[in-house]
Amino acid sequence: MSLFDRLRGRKKDEENEKKSFFNRVKDTFAPLPLDSEEDQPENKLSLEETKKPSANKKKVSESEEQVQYKEDLEANSYEEGLTKTRSSFSEKFKMLMANFRAVDEDFFEELEETLIAADVGFEMALKISNELQDEVRLKNASSKKDVQNTIIEKLVNVYDQAGNGENNEMLFAEAGQPSVFLFVGVNGVGKTTTIGKMASFYKKQGKKVLLAAADTFRAGATEQLVEWAHRDQVDVVTGKEKSDPASVVFDGVKKSIDGHYDILFVDTAGRLQNNDNLMRELEKMKKIITRQLPNAPQEVLLVLDATTGQNALQQARLFKDSTDVTGLVLTKLDGTAKGGIVLAIRQELHLPVKWVGLGEKVDDLEPFNADEFVYGLFKDLI
Amino acid sequence: MAFENLTSRIQTAMKTLSGKGKVSETDLDETLREIRLALLEADVNLKTARNFIKQVRDKALGAKVLEGLNPSEQVVKIVNDQLTAMMGEKAVPLNKSSKIPTVIMMAGLQGAGKTTTVAKLANRLKDENHARPLLIAADVYRPAAIEQLKSLGDQLSIPVFDEGVGENPRKIVEDGLKQARENKNDYVFIDTAGRLQIDQVLMQELKDIEKMAEPDEILLTVDAMTGQNATETARGFNDALGITGVVLTKLDGDTRGGAALSIREVTGKPIKFVGEGEKVTDLDVFYPDRMASRILGMGDVLSLIEKTQKDFDEKQASEQLQKLQENTFDFNDFLEQLKQIQNMGPMEDMLKMIPGMANNPAMAQAQIGPKDFSHMEAIVYSMTPGERVDPELLTPARRRRIAAGSGRPVVDVNRLIKQFKQMRQMMYKFTNGKGGLPAGMEDMLGGMDPSAMGVDPSQLGDLNAGGFPGLGGSGKGGLGGKVADFAMKRAFKKIKKAKKKRNKRHK
Ligand SMILES: Nc1nc2c(ncn2[C@@H]2O[C@H](COP(=O)(O)OP(=O)(O)O)[C@@H](O)[C@H]2O)c(=O)[nH]1
Ligand SMILES: [Mg+2]
Repeated sequence: MSLFDRLRGRKKDEENEKKSFFNRVKDTFAPLPLDSEEDQPENKLSLEETKKPSANKKKVSESEEQVQYKEDLEANSYEEGLTKTRSSFSEKFKMLMANFRAVDEDFFEELEETLIAADVGFEMALKISNELQDEVRLKNASSKKDVQNTIIEKLVNVYDQAGNGENNEMLFAEAGQPSVFLFVGVNGVGKTTTIGKMASFYKKQGKKVLLAAADTFRAGATEQLVEWAHRDQVDVVTGKEKSDPASVVFDGVKKSIDGHYDILFVDTAGRLQNNDNLMRELEKMKKIITRQLPNAPQEVLLVLDATTGQNALQQARLFKDSTDVTGLVLTKLDGTAKGGIVLAIRQELHLPVKWVGLGEKVDDLEPFNADEFVYGLFKDLI
Repeated sequence: MAFENLTSRIQTAMKTLSGKGKVSETDLDETLREIRLALLEADVNLKTARNFIKQVRDKALGAKVLEGLNPSEQVVKIVNDQLTAMMGEKAVPLNKSSKIPTVIMMAGLQGAGKTTTVAKLANRLKDENHARPLLIAADVYRPAAIEQLKSLGDQLSIPVFDEGVGENPRKIVEDGLKQARENKNDYVFIDTAGRLQIDQVLMQELKDIEKMAEPDEILLTVDAMTGQNATETARGFNDALGITGVVLTKLDGDTRGGAALSIREVTGKPIKFVGEGEKVTDLDVFYPDRMASRILGMGDVLSLIEKTQKDFDEKQASEQLQKLQENTFDFNDFLEQLKQIQNMGPMEDMLKMIPGMANNPAMAQAQIGPKDFSHMEAIVYSMTPGERVDPELLTPARRRRIAAGSGRPVVDVNRLIKQFKQMRQMMYKFTNGKGGLPAGMEDMLGGMDPSAMGVDPSQLGDLNAGGFPGLGGSGKGGLGGKVADFAMKRAFKKIKKAKKKRNKRHK
């Protein structure tokens, strides 16, 4: 079942507090007098029409309005801050759709550009745009509303299908064994911070949590994790600065077994994926874990910074090669970056995003939600 | 994904293009489409890429295509040059205050590398300028950020000022500056917490610190892996603070670093340093050309262009060498010249241009008798091809051989060689002369006196019967310099033409 179908299925589930994206979209459409516009020839879409370049006066003034509107939207988000932006989602979406204009060649060009601007990457943007054009044609979408539905449905499905039925959920060890989560990634992406947040998340669920400060390289890295352990009120295993990180990992795993911990979080030093020596060091750390706990690590989480551009794909490739990454954490989505590159990563490597980081505070971590993400990618478009 | 094919795609695009001379609109648009893609793949901001392409298009349209390049390669070359130019100046040094301390403030997103860069810069100043920097730890937000800076300071023996995480960063900076003045530190680095450019509270904090500390340098630190968002970030920080420079970090990765171009476009501020590793010494000044070719990512094409250019230069050099060789006067030329004189070729042309000369009886005397000529011809023909080109080979033994071969006495052979050498010297002077005729030449043409050539007339013997090469008669200076110049040039052209023909035949 595709994600879209699942979302559709959830429609009946009225008490579901977190409404699916698609439902929210439907809701938002309801009060809009879209159908009445159907008669206007301008909103009728045919193949010929989508091909026709449009540059008449009316369209120009429309796009001027559009610009103004976008500026207003931007100004709004600056004023309100991002949490509010997220909470007033449906409000905003209503406005977006009200300003939705005719779907023509220009529209798809703009869609491509919006996706590129979200770091989706050129090829991926083109692919999505082409598929959307086909879909609009195939469904013979003739009204504004149909086109909108098609686009939203398609975008969500693009993300979903690329997943290849992979699991979004975190994997745990069988009862009685500690689950080990290994965190990897380049420098400064937010590995340590994410551990701090996630440890708190699971502690609140009643898990017994242990941290291992295996970044013995960067100045102050151990102190940073120790501070998080202190805030979260969880235990932490440390080593001396510049000591072998593998020995911290070893101590951590041992303590997690002996102390009957539920989860061990292993923090590692940031490393660039093209540094072979450091990538081998990571492999070694993983082996140390597996030697003591054959099924561990249950998760190898590659932390990606949403501000990263096309290089994130290369990061995913090489980290996956050396440590069999099981999932992604996309951080810093509270900023203006969209992290669109995860679409390409998903397409090529079938790695699911499992968590998103939305700030520096302990609660600024959420399980990944495909609809919100997709919304974020194209919200600037319309 | 796309990028592996990019170079091959652009090369295919180039192959399908043909034509010479000027860059046409078709050439341009084909290539610029690929370039635009290359820039996007390198994370250059969409708008920046568009503006850049527009600029290049204006510049490249109708540009002359360098020999050896095809139009598309020419476009890539223009793109690379323009990109390099846009990257700004190389190695812009840190600003320096006229009175100590010079205050340098860091700004940037979380995780960009500000703290590491502070340590690297301070260490560089300490090593190279014997500076005595003070580092102010003003990041009170990220856990253990202060410990990180203190630990780095310890390693480098550079003092760090901090007041823990409980104090307001504004106050910390104020107190830190006070201490720097008291201790006469010549540099102060303010390490600030990473923040989003849209975080108004924290941006205000930076503005307040800026107002109070009046930094000489505000360095925006940006991760080289940054994507499309680089534009927004750079604009946000620049608008709020008026940054003075940029540090690009993590360039030791395999990112193409297109963010650099976006940041340049938005801020117009120089990229001063690049971080290339985690060690404290892994900091380099900025090289615009390296950055440009890294962003363009067309190393293959660029080196192809470079090679073509080099090959072209080499071809030119070898052509020049050939020309030089063509300009060396050998026995074949000598013979040719004799033939011409015999037919009154150039000399006749020349003399006819002198008023009243055309029907001058002296003209008849200018002829070399057919007998003299055939003797000389026989001597030259008895030489080996090598000897004809290189008279230095003509040892006495060889001369005897040639004499025997041509049925002429050795003295004739010697005379001919001497004449040849004199003529060659004249030719050499002429071709290398800085315009105008060498004095001796003018004399010859004017006086037509064999002695002007340094030839002893008595030595010419039979050969001199026809008056070669002196024509006698007219007085010195009878021939205007310009006319002489013209005539000589014509004569010389003829020699060269004949020589080319000969060479062709031999090939
Ligand atoms: N705004 C924002 N900042 C983050 C987020 N996650 C981490 N950071 C910040 O990014 C910086 C680098 O994080 P850190 O955990 O030290 O990265 P590491 O080197 O991968 O361990 C710190 O300043 C963090 O506070 C996030 O989701 N949003
Ligand atoms: Mg860390």
